Amino acid sequence: MSSTSVLSQPSFDRAVPAVEVSCLRKDFRRREGLRLRLRCVSALKPVTFSIERGECVAILGQNGSGKSTLVRLLSTLLLEDGGTARIFGHDVFREPRRVQRLINRVSVEASFFKRLSAFENLSYAARFYGLRRRETNAAIPRMLERVGFPLERATGPMEDLSRGMQQKVALARALLTTPALLLLDEPTTGLDPRSKLEVQDFIREVRRVHDATVLLCTHDLNEAEQLADRVGILHRGELLCLAPPDELKHRYQAETLEEAFFSATGIALGEDEEVSE
Amino acid sequence: MRGTATALRSELMGLSGIVERNTYIIKRYIWWELAWFVWTLANTLTIVFIAKGFEQAGAKIDVNKATTWLLIGALVWSYLGMVFGLLVEMVQWERWEGTIEHTFMAPLSRSMHLLGTGLFGVLYGLVRTAALFVVVAFFFHLSLPGADYVAALVVLLVASISFIGIGMMTSVLPLISPEKGVQLGYIAQGLLLVVSGVYYNVSVLPGWMQALARISPATYALRALRSSIIDGKGVHALWGDIWPMLVIGIIAVPLGLEIFRRGERYAKRHGKLKRSG
Repeated sequence: MSSTSVLSQPSFDRAVPAVEVSCLRKDFRRREGLRLRLRCVSALKPVTFSIERGECVAILGQNGSGKSTLVRLLSTLLLEDGGTARIFGHDVFREPRRVQRLINRVSVEASFFKRLSAFENLSYAARFYGLRRRETNAAIPRMLERVGFPLERATGPMEDLSRGMQQKVALARALLTTPALLLLDEPTTGLDPRSKLEVQDFIREVRRVHDATVLLCTHDLNEAEQLADRVGILHRGELLCLAPPDELKHRYQAETLEEAFFSATGIALGEDEEVSE
Repeated sequence: MRGTATALRSELMGLSGIVERNTYIIKRYIWWELAWFVWTLANTLTIVFIAKGFEQAGAKIDVNKATTWLLIGALVWSYLGMVFGLLVEMVQWERWEGTIEHTFMAPLSRSMHLLGTGLFGVLYGLVRTAALFVVVAFFFHLSLPGADYVAALVVLLVASISFIGIGMMTSVLPLISPEKGVQLGYIAQGLLLVVSGVYYNVSVLPGWMQALARISPATYALRALRSSIIDGKGVHALWGDIWPMLVIGIIAVPLGLEIFRRGERYAKRHGKLKRSG
């Protein structure tokens, strides 16, 4: 474990897969206009896949394809309508507290109290994971430095930071709790090219140094190809495929991942689907 | 045994994280807090001046006693507003800042989450209420030579248990109704006080409202506070009002937790546990 780790990784069975999802399904009921009847929208059709420990899996899909629903189900923020999901052998829906100790997440939005400083946001959040003040006082500056965040900005309000800097703080927050599974929901969307590269480098480092498993949801094809061992295509809530990038290209007789995506879904990645949640 | 101690330590650390976060927020919004204090002070004065107004209109009343009577009602309203406000706005504020998902996916038990918020409300509410009392007492040159302030503090702390329990029940409202939940929470606060004799004796209420007053902890809190401040009664003499508050508190806290747990399940089932609701 790296010297920057504060929380020892919770114990889990290293023999079992990091993620086991079987026929996982989620529907939402939405009212249409003034009608009394609710319409059932399938955000995630029965999805089955597994991720080995230490692996990085990228899920590609347009907005509204079900990526965030999948991440939120695995994050214990949604209850399933069918199927099962296990993280390091623990049932996500029946043992949420055990799962919560093993995971952390970085999402597309900067989820912080904007008036609080980076230090304050990280400090109280670490307390939720059982970290003491004397542990975090030393670890937070170390972690911020590691993600390339200028320490002199750590005590100013988050609202004064750029998106890229806020995202670095989000990565530091996730890493502070030493997650065994890191859920990344479009972590580089909206970042400038340089910040994007820094975040991507950091994801590689997290895998190398922390032995973390990564589930990366993105619509950046290059990012998926560069970072992931396997790439899945989620389309209208359905997981069409999950394989190494080269195998995907071969399967769809494509030269690029973009072409493979187009062949699999019939649409380009930039096009939006109906937002189902 | 060691496992239990570790789990307990972790839970208390989570609770301290909630208190720490709210302390940071108050510090960062200190000028707004002062502005709100001025508003509360003005509001309290408008009520307390009623006693002087009656005297001027020819009513034969003990102005000092009537002023103190009304002041205690206004202070309890303000204190209850603080505890309820923090609990009912907990979800709404996190949704506004976008931190709601991070908080709800952290391995922090909901009981510690809610108790931490309630505890901070009690601590901060006590400071504000004491400051308000001192300022208004100076303003009206109130003479309270026999007041038993220790007994008043005990009464307020005991009452706080049930206030936190009822606050937990109202805090679920923004979770299931992101648009109007907070307002409904304030309606609950108003209804609680109207049946409890906030600025009048409960005996002036219609019979059905008096029946409701018997199950309101604020009824006993207001009566006991007036007895301790105006008549100088000690804790022993106030036991008749303290034990009903303890009983209501013992019922209200687990009931509040259970109601919130069910609300959280509803929110997870329907996808409402996110920033946009």
